[in-house]
Amino acid sequence: MGNSTVFNVRGLNVYYGDFLAVKDVDMDIKKESVTALIGPSGCGKSTYLRCLNRMNDLIIGASVKGQVSFENRNIYDSNVDATEVRSRIGMVFQKPNPFPKSIYRNIAFGLKVNGFTGDMDEAVERSLKQAALWDEVKDRLNDSAFALSGGQQQRLCIARALAIQPEVILMDEPASALDPIATLAIEDLVRELKVNYTIVIVTHNMQQAARVSDETAFFMVDKDRSGYLVEHDDTQKIFTNPTNQRTEEYITGRFS
Amino acid sequence: MNEYKPVAGSVSPNRKRRKIIGTSVYFVFLISTLVGIVSLGVLIFDVLDKGIPWLNWQFLTDYPSRKPEEAGLYSALIGTIWLMFMTALLTVPIGVGAAIYLEEYAPRNFFTKVIEINVSNLAGVPSIVYGLLGMSLFVYYLGSSEQFLGRTLLAGALTLALLVLPIVIMASREAIRAVPDSYRQGAYAMGADKWQVIKGVVLPSALPGILTGTILAMSRAIGEAAPVIAISALVYMTFIPAHPMERFTVLPIQIYNWVARPQEEFRGLAAAGIIVLLAILLTMNAIAVVLRNKYQTRSEE
Amino acid sequence: MPREDFENNLKIIQDELIQLSSMVEKSVFKSIDALRNRDIKASQQVIDDDDAIDEKQQEIENTCIDLIALEAPMAGDLRVIISVMMMATELERIGDYAEGIGKISLAMGDLPPLKPLIDIPRMADLSTDMLRRSTEAFVNRDTAAATAVRKDDDIVDDLYGQVYRELLTFMMADTSTIQRATYLLWVAHDIERVADRTTNMAERVIWLVTGQNPD
Repeated sequence: MGNSTVFNVRGLNVYYGDFLAVKDVDMDIKKESVTALIGPSGCGKSTYLRCLNRMNDLIIGASVKGQVSFENRNIYDSNVDATEVRSRIGMVFQKPNPFPKSIYRNIAFGLKVNGFTGDMDEAVERSLKQAALWDEVKDRLNDSAFALSGGQQQRLCIARALAIQPEVILMDEPASALDPIATLAIEDLVRELKVNYTIVIVTHNMQQAARVSDETAFFMVDKDRSGYLVEHDDTQKIFTNPTNQRTEEYITGRFS
Repeated sequence: MNEYKPVAGSVSPNRKRRKIIGTSVYFVFLISTLVGIVSLGVLIFDVLDKGIPWLNWQFLTDYPSRKPEEAGLYSALIGTIWLMFMTALLTVPIGVGAAIYLEEYAPRNFFTKVIEINVSNLAGVPSIVYGLLGMSLFVYYLGSSEQFLGRTLLAGALTLALLVLPIVIMASREAIRAVPDSYRQGAYAMGADKWQVIKGVVLPSALPGILTGTILAMSRAIGEAAPVIAISALVYMTFIPAHPMERFTVLPIQIYNWVARPQEEFRGLAAAGIIVLLAILLTMNAIAVVLRNKYQTRSEE
Repeated sequence: MPREDFENNLKIIQDELIQLSSMVEKSVFKSIDALRNRDIKASQQVIDDDDAIDEKQQEIENTCIDLIALEAPMAGDLRVIISVMMMATELERIGDYAEGIGKISLAMGDLPPLKPLIDIPRMADLSTDMLRRSTEAFVNRDTAAATAVRKDDDIVDDLYGQVYRELLTFMMADTSTIQRATYLLWVAHDIERVADRTTNMAERVIWLVTGQNPD
């Protein structure tokens, strides 16, 4: 696990119109580690995640104030191209969303879009191997992506994100639509991937956060329904002896 | 411990009555369907009965004549094919392009809402109005008696394109709207820009719906007599157009021409013409359905 | 109230622990008393009562394991359950020491007393006091009280040293006292171990409250 930080977030505020969804977040995210974002529904963790690769730009009425520095450059600077940001910071969504194309074309899409000129077959194979899916699909790359099971589709989405070799992978509740076995497969994959990638994962499943992450950040809503960061620390500390009382209450399920 | 006491009052499901209602309703719906099917069946049977005797190769390759035995619909057939082809060529790019703009680029404000309402209104405008519009805009130059395009295939195609454009736009919009937003999100997340998302994900997914819209549009266009009469003003043509800037006639006009004649035989010819028209219609539909299925299996869930 | 059943279960295991502590405290007291008064019946009773102590500890342990498996306790809850489990183990061992002392009483039987017992009962009083205070520190989540218990272990250790030297002197002076002196030595050792174990319990209380192991 590297010591350097990949993201430095300072004073991040996210508005949907007039509504303040995420308030004043300061956070550093370490390189080649897994950071879990946990908290009750509506606490802004997904909104915050989407700030990290400017996916909130696509939401009409959303505005982001503050600074998100990725490798020492603020990704919200006016001269930064959002598509470049997203090609280096990938995203996997809650419900598996493969394109209605073949398995091969799903992965090739991102490569084509980013002007890849190398050996496509090799790149597709490498991505599928990294996502621990190659053995299951190598004989049917031209089959529709929808022929795969839910867990396989999600791994395909991860392979697709990996294909363009980003530095970071953001995961928004990647296993919540999957059965327990598929969930564990995804968690194993996350553990493997963190050797080479920085991963930020939103999860509503605390056991998953405990199993999979190196650091955990706990978000809460205040009385105005704005989300804010309560505590961010080593996962081991958060789950055995958190500093903040509200963290303790949430983790022990006493939060009502 | 929470204990729940039952609420006072009784429940009486009356299942017998519900069953009777259920069955009756089923028959009502069945009969509604049968009305349409039976009427269509009677019509087709009648047409086939009258028209098949007149169907032969000569019928298809002869020009119209005052003698029924020598009459054919070659000119109208070629005219229809030309017209459909050109109309499609005009309508599809413009219609799909407009749909893409309205769905993917236009901001959601009052102005675009007005456009949306107007497009669907235009679909209901009687076709003769389009005929008059086409006449003044394409045939003549905007109300003057100066010839612009004249009474040509091109003018006819432009007019019919305007007529069916709303259908293509609405169907394409629906198809584009039906593409799940999760596909777009997935594409953006890979660093694609807007056009790459549309080209690579939205349009391929929307293609079946767009093709359906095109089928509907062409099916409407092929049967339009009124606007074409206004444009071409010809009902008796003994030559075929060799290029878009020539005069033309179409099957509906030819059929109308024959129906209007007093002789019995011409009604048989008209029926034969209808069969040919329906055959072309079915062929067009079949092609589009085949195309749609080919793209549908790729996007099947 | 969220997780009501779980809360109840947490309360139950803590109550059970307090009960176990009380049972064990009584056993230790009784065993020393029986030794001093040469009460054979009482000693036998201490030995018999150890089964109940073992049973109770086993029950507590099983409940704790079930809670860990079924409720996925975190943070403070986790520390409570682990503390209860480990303190129950310590108490069971203390109970075993009391049983051991009972057995020694029986073995000594009719042998004439070696000397009036002064220091050993003093050790025992201190140890049982430490036991009670550890348990109270647990109930009140009182780290100051727990720390005080840790300090008192030194006093018991010193007393043990004293007893050891005194008994050694006896044995060296007169070899016929060796048997009785050895028995008493065992007893003193057991009591010193009781004090050690209550100290472990006190340290566990500090861990429970602060989340950190005391140095």
